[in-house]
Amino acid sequence: MDIIVTSIFVEDQDKALKFYTEALGFVKKHDVPAGEARWITVVSPNEQDGPELLLEPNGHPAAKEYQEKLFADGIPVTMFGVENIHEEYERLMQNGVTFTMKPTDMGDITLAVFDDTCGNLIQIIQQ
Amino acid sequence: MDENKDAIFKALGDSTRRLILDELSERNELTLYELTARLIMKHDLSISRQAIAKHLSVLEDAELVISRRKGKYRVIIFNNEPLKNLLKRWIE
Repeated sequence: MDIIVTSIFVEDQDKALKFYTEALGFVKKHDVPAGEARWITVVSPNEQDGPELLLEPNGHPAAKEYQEKLFADGIPVTMFGVENIHEEYERLMQNGVTFTMKPTDMGDITLAVFDDTCGNLIQIIQQ
Repeated sequence: MDENKDAIFKALGDSTRRLILDELSERNELTLYELTARLIMKHDLSISRQAIAKHLSVLEDAELVISRRKGKYRVIIFNNEPLKNLLKRWIE
């Protein structure tokens, strides 16, 4: 079994697509109508046949509550890996991304957390 | 007051809870996530977020930590007032 798609709840799909592609630098893979919403996925530019990230609308009340409660406790919803966290931090800062935790050394790994502007905190990690 | 004294000693009687206070005293405020990350990764503690939340509620009962809403965040803050009051009676 392979992990092919993993999803993340977002407030507004257009805004999310813009942030995940323009600010973070992911590449749009699918954008097709699916009922009231769209099936939008992005992939890493380094691995375009790799796992896709689905930008899922948070229309369900439980999804909003889940996002708000995790956000309030500062808990990231998912984690992305980066080669050099300090370079990524600089690059993302220049793209206007707001960090809630600057790159922090935690023993074998270094991590940082940013706000995805769609209701989530995302952790990036260099290991 | 005596009830509060019991709660304080109970809270301080556990090494993880003392470590939590160490971490909180270094920083003004931490979110639950930051605290968890520091305990697990910096101190190599194998502890779940749920367990940390339980420790925090013991500390909260003793009023040694308070949590405050700050915009979209909830932050945890070290409150050392109860300790000052407790020690004052013996030291002064």
